[in-house]
Amino acid sequence: MVSKILPLQIKNASVKKRGKKIIGPIDLGISDAGFTIIMGPNGSGKTTLMRLIHGLENPREGTSTWNSDLKTAQLSQSFVFQTPIMLRRTALENITYPLILQGIDKNTAANVAHKWISKINLEASSNLNARYLSGGEKQKLSLARALATNPQLLLLDEPTANLDGSATKEIEKLLQDAHEAGTRIIMTTHDIGQGKRLAEDIIFLYRGNIHELGMAKSFFQKPVTREAQAFLRGDILE
Amino acid sequence: MNDIVEGMLSAFRLIFSLDADLFEIILLSLQVTLTAVIIASVIGMPMGAWLAVNRFRFRRLTIAVLNALMGLPPVVVGLIVYIMLSRSGPFGVLNLLFTPTAMIIAQVIIITPLIASISHQAIRDLWADYHDLLISLNTTKRQRIFTLVKDARRSLLTASLAGFGRAIGEVGAIMIVGGNIDHLTRVLTTAIALETGKGEFAFALALGFILIALAIIVNLAIHSISKTERASNW
Repeated sequence: MVSKILPLQIKNASVKKRGKKIIGPIDLGISDAGFTIIMGPNGSGKTTLMRLIHGLENPREGTSTWNSDLKTAQLSQSFVFQTPIMLRRTALENITYPLILQGIDKNTAANVAHKWISKINLEASSNLNARYLSGGEKQKLSLARALATNPQLLLLDEPTANLDGSATKEIEKLLQDAHEAGTRIIMTTHDIGQGKRLAEDIIFLYRGNIHELGMAKSFFQKPVTREAQAFLRGDILE
Repeated sequence: MNDIVEGMLSAFRLIFSLDADLFEIILLSLQVTLTAVIIASVIGMPMGAWLAVNRFRFRRLTIAVLNALMGLPPVVVGLIVYIMLSRSGPFGVLNLLFTPTAMIIAQVIIITPLIASISHQAIRDLWADYHDLLISLNTTKRQRIFTLVKDARRSLLTASLAGFGRAIGEVGAIMIVGGNIDHLTRVLTTAIALETGKGEFAFALALGFILIALAIIVNLAIHSISKTERASNW
């Protein structure tokens, strides 16, 4: 039985690049259940916060502490990037890759991959090189690859930013299914409608700091800060 | 011009006459070069991959030196290998001078930097694509290198073929360490040099055309086996 990696406590963390502060200092607790959406204008630090949580960015100051040891935490979470990163392999092999890395035998990995390929309706393209899939298909495949390892925590960085309505709907359905199955989800988006459809909690970032943190319903109905009010109105935030 | 036409006709005559000496030379050329390419690939490709994924103090300098070594003068390599393998040299006891093994050693030294450098470039580009995903999947350095080498195999094949191209046409080093001994270390390039020296231009040209044909055939065969140009299957 893999130990629970959440809650995660981030304390006084900040990320700087070339001397410029990108986010922080922030304090943030990530509970072990829920669907959190991180919103904010461009450059507010959404992606950096996600990368900080995932361990792709190291905090310049502060700490992040998992409920489990770091190795277990790293192996029990998946990240879906805004631009899907496809291995130069078939769609099927893209899904089996992380499973085989985790020590699962090839046959079991192939069975799991087939199940996911079928779930995302890519059976016809399962043996095609993943790089030749459409943008929507690639993003569905990278989501399936992320979910195939059965992560406790799924992080998604604007997964539908470049997709049309139909592909977005399919991705959102997969996310809702994963959420109902107990996967903790944290996702960034610019799309206010998507936030309203999916979020249970909202983190609103502005200039690298958390301006609002709380239930999605109250955020969308009664945003407290001026910046969040302006963002929800669609004003351009400097 | 007559020499060129005569050379082409001689090449056909030589091939279709199934000349045993000629086939011996062709086989030795292929044996020496392909062995050298395989050994250089085994050394050069992981070296290129390692350089692509690791950050260390003298990395840039190492890459600059590696790139510079691509232009190693074969004659100098031949001379150094000759000194090393000669009776008074440190490896003289192995009795390798004027053997195909000595020729393979010289060719490995000449083409390893070329294969490593092209591999490094190919894997560096792929690493830039894969970086976030492989870090996110918590891969070890070994797993990263293995994945990159596997997925960059088409580009790495090009590196090997570039090494093959350089080695099959090389004459300076293998002439010095092989000695161009008939039925022992004579290959196509050293035979061409010998025939040119004797003034047998047409025969030398015939061997030259056979050498070019051989290089093309090997390239086509490897591309065909590895299905390089099949868009959906690379």
